[in-house]
Amino acid sequence: MSTVLIIFYILSAITLSTAFLTIYTRRPIHSAIYLVLCFFSIAGHYLLFNAQFLALVHIIVYSGAIMILFLFTIMLMNLNNEDEVHKPRITRLGAIIVFILISIIMVSVFINSKTIMGDYDDYGNDYQSIKVLGKILLNEYMVPFEFASILLLVAMIGSVLLSKKEKSGK
Amino acid sequence: MGNILNQIGIENYIFLSVLLFCIGVFGVLYRRNAIIVFMSIEIMLNAVNLLFVAFSTYHQDSEGQVFVFFSMAVAAAEVAVGLAILVSIYRNLGSIEIDKLKNLKG
Amino acid sequence: MEKNLALILLISPFIGFLFNIFFGKKVSKGLSGAIGTMTVIVSFLLSIFFFAQVNQNGKGIEVSLFEWIQVSNFKLDFGILLDQLSILWLLFVTGIGSLIHLYSISYMHDDENIHKFFAYLNLFIFFMITLVVGNNLLVMFIGWEGVGLCSYLLIGFWYKNQPYNDAAKKAFIMNRIGDLGFLVGTFIIAYVFSTLNYTEIQPLIIDGKTNSSLLGVAALSLFIGACGKSAQLPLYTWLPDAMAGPTPVSALIHAATMVTAGIFMITRMNFLFDITPEVQNLIAIIGAVTSLVAASIGLLQNDIKKVLAYSTVSQLGLMFLALGLGAYNVAVFHVITHAFFKACLFLGSGSVIHALHGEQDMRNMGGLRKYMPITFWTMMISTLAISGIFPFAGFWSKDEILMVAFEHNTALWVVASIASIMTAFYMFRLMYLTFFKEFRGTETQKNHLHESPSLITIPLVILAILAAIGGAINLPGSMWLNHYLEPILVGKHEVHILGTQEYMLMGIALAGAIIAIAWAYSKYIKQNFVPKVDSEIEDFSKIIYNKYYVDEFYTFLLIKPINALSNFFRTTLEPALGKVVFSFGTIVNGISNQGRKLQTGSIGLYLFAFVLGLCAIISYLFIAR
Repeated sequence: MSTVLIIFYILSAITLSTAFLTIYTRRPIHSAIYLVLCFFSIAGHYLLFNAQFLALVHIIVYSGAIMILFLFTIMLMNLNNEDEVHKPRITRLGAIIVFILISIIMVSVFINSKTIMGDYDDYGNDYQSIKVLGKILLNEYMVPFEFASILLLVAMIGSVLLSKKEKSGK
Repeated sequence: MGNILNQIGIENYIFLSVLLFCIGVFGVLYRRNAIIVFMSIEIMLNAVNLLFVAFSTYHQDSEGQVFVFFSMAVAAAEVAVGLAILVSIYRNLGSIEIDKLKNLKG
Repeated sequence: MEKNLALILLISPFIGFLFNIFFGKKVSKGLSGAIGTMTVIVSFLLSIFFFAQVNQNGKGIEVSLFEWIQVSNFKLDFGILLDQLSILWLLFVTGIGSLIHLYSISYMHDDENIHKFFAYLNLFIFFMITLVVGNNLLVMFIGWEGVGLCSYLLIGFWYKNQPYNDAAKKAFIMNRIGDLGFLVGTFIIAYVFSTLNYTEIQPLIIDGKTNSSLLGVAALSLFIGACGKSAQLPLYTWLPDAMAGPTPVSALIHAATMVTAGIFMITRMNFLFDITPEVQNLIAIIGAVTSLVAASIGLLQNDIKKVLAYSTVSQLGLMFLALGLGAYNVAVFHVITHAFFKACLFLGSGSVIHALHGEQDMRNMGGLRKYMPITFWTMMISTLAISGIFPFAGFWSKDEILMVAFEHNTALWVVASIASIMTAFYMFRLMYLTFFKEFRGTETQKNHLHESPSLITIPLVILAILAAIGGAINLPGSMWLNHYLEPILVGKHEVHILGTQEYMLMGIALAGAIIAIAWAYSKYIKQNFVPKVDSEIEDFSKIIYNKYYVDEFYTFLLIKPINALSNFFRTTLEPALGKVVFSFGTIVNGISNQGRKLQTGSIGLYLFAFVLGLCAIISYLFIAR
C-alpha cells in the first residue's frame, strides 16, 4: 500500500461522504457547506494527478464562485427553513430503487468492458502544465474558447434580465 | 514519478466517478428543494470532470483537461442562469419545491 | 356503306332521346314530338331497305362495330346481325313504334313533361333495336336490360302518383328475376361453347358434340328469362299492374314489342331448344296454362285496359305454346298479327279514355259508337281478328297454333281452344259494354264526347287495315313467312297441307268463337246485364275478379319475409356493424386517453423518466450487445 493509494482512499472517502451528506441533510446551508468540502476533495484528486492549474481553477470557479452564489441565494431568499415536506413514500422508494439500478448498470458496464492490463505509459513530456495548456487552448481550441466567452457573456446578461423585478405599474 | 495510475489504477477512478454520478442522480430524484437539486447536478458534473482528468493522464494528453475547462465554464454559466430562474420562481410561487410547478399538466 | 347504315339504324332513336332529354324542354311540344317520331321513322325506312336487300340475297348481313371483350380464348364483339329474323322484328317494332309516336303527339299534348315522354320512348326503341340486332347474347342482354329500364321509366311516368311507382317497381323487379335466369343461361353457354355468337354456336350444336344436361339447364334458365320479360306464369303479375302507364306505353311496350322479346330470344336460340325436349315440353305446358288462367281472369275485369292486359298475357301464352311444340315460325306469325291487332286495341282504348277524360271503368261507358265511329270500327275489326274470325289476321295465326297443338298433344289443344273461346267472349264483352246500348256515365262527360283528333285516328286506321289483311303473309297457300324464315330455323318445320283434319279443326275453332260471341251478345245486349259494383261481387266470381289472389300469395310468400329481413338488417345488424367500425375509433380514443396521463406536469416524474431511459439506453448499448 503506497502512500499515494492511501491518500487516494482518504480523498475518495471524503468526496463520497460529503456528496452523500449534501443530499441527505435537511438544511440547505449545511448541504452547501458539504458541497464545498466535496469540491475541495476533488481538487485534491486533481493535485494527485499533477494537474496543478486545473486544481486551482477548480477551486476558484467552483468553491469560490458557484458555491458563493448558492450561499448568497440561500441566505438572501431565506431558504434555510426546514419546512420541506418530504416526498411521498413511494417516490422515495422509487428514487432509492432507481439509484441502485443505475449504479448497478453503470458499474457492470465498466466491469464488463475489457480492462487493460499492463503498464501505463509515461512518456515524460509535459502535457499538463500551464504553458502547454495555454498553448493548446489558444491554438487548437481557439473557437471553443471564444464561444465559451460568448456563453459567459450571455449567461451574465441572461441572469441579470431574468431576475429583474417587474415594474409594478400595472 | 511515473504515471500515478501505476500506483492507483484507472479502475478505481472509474468506480469513484461512477459512484459520484449515481449519488448525484439520487439527489435529483430524492429531494424536492430546487437548490438541492441544483447541487446534485453540480455533483454529477464534477464526477464527469474527474473522469476526464483521469483519462487525460491515462492517455498522457492534455485534451481531457482542456475539455474540463469548458465544462467548468458551462457549469458556471448554467448555475448563474439557473439561480436567476429560481429567484423568479420563488418570487412568483412563494416556494421552491419542484412539485409546485405543475401548470403544464396535460 | 352497310356498316354506316346499320349504325344509323341503331343510333337514330338514341339521338332522338338525347335531343329530347337536353333540349326538349326548350322547344315546343310539337317539335319535340316531331323529332322523336322522325328518328323512329328513319330507322323504319332503313329497316325496309335492309329487308329488301336480305330478301334479295337470301342471307343476312353481319357487321362488327368494335371488339369488346377479349379474354384468353373468349372473344366478344359488339356486332350487328341483320338476318331475316331480326329484320322482321325491326320492321314491326319500328313501324308500330312510329305509329305510336305519332299517336302520342296528340294523346299526351296536355302533359307538360311530354319531352321526357318522347325521350323515354326513343330510348326504348333504341334498346329494343339493340336487343333485336345484336349478334350475340350479351348485346341482346344490353337491350334486354335497357327495355326493362325504359319500361320502368314509362310505367311510372306520372310519378306523382305512388301506386304507379309501385307498379313500375313491380315490373322492374319481376323483370330482374327473369334476367337472373337469362344471365345464368348466358354463363353456361359461354362456358360450354367459349363464344356467345349465334352464328358460331349454331354449327357447334348441330354437330352434336356437346354436353346435353348442362345445355338443358341453360335452356331452362333462358326460358325463365323469357318468362320474366314476356309475362308467363309465374312472373306475369306485373303486366296488368303496368297498365298504370300512359296508354301509348301500354300499346308499344306491353303489347307489341317488349313482351315479344322473350319469343324473339327463344326463336333466335331455336337450335338450343331443339336439343332439349324436356324444356320444350315445359315451355308448351306453361304457355298453355298461362293462356287459360289469364283468359279466365279477363272474363270478369271491369277496367278496359286490364282486360286488354290479361288478353295480352293469354295470347303470349299461346305463342309460347307454339314455341314449346317446335313451331317457331307459327309463333312468329302470331307475334306479328298480335302486334297489329293488340296495338290497335290499346290505341283504341286510349282514344276512348281520352274522350272520357280519364275514365277507364267499363261500367261507366256505353253507347260510344254513335259518338266515336272511327274508333268503334277499328276496334271492331281488331276484336274480330283477336277472336279468330275468318278472314282476319288472327284467324290464320291462331288456327295454325291450334293445329300444331292438336298434332302433338290433344290435351294442350283442348286447353288452348278453351282459352281462345274465352278470348272471344271477353273481347266482345268489352265491345258491348263500351260501345253499345246507352251511355252510363255522367252528364258532363256525355256533353264532351267527340271523336278523337286525326293524329289519333290515323294510326288506328292503319293498324286496323293491317289487322284485317295481315294474315296474307302466311296463308296456307303461299306460306311466305315460313319460307322466309327457313334459313334461321334449323329443325324441321311444320308444313300444313290442308286436308280434312285441318278443315275440321278450323271449323271447330270458328264455331266455338261464334258461340262465345253469341253468348256475350245475349248476356250483355239482350239481357242488359251490367257488371256489379265491386262490393257486390260474390263467391267464385270474387275469386276470379281478385285474380285468384296470386298477388296476395306472392306478398305473403316473398314480400313479407324480405321486408322482415331488411327490417332486421336495419334495426339490429347495421347498428352492430356500426359499433364494430366505430370501435376502432373508440379504442384509439381510449389509448390516447391513457397516454394523456403521462403528461402530469410534475417535474419529479419527468426526471424519473429521464433516468430510467438513461438506464435503458446504457444497458442496451453496453450490456445487451
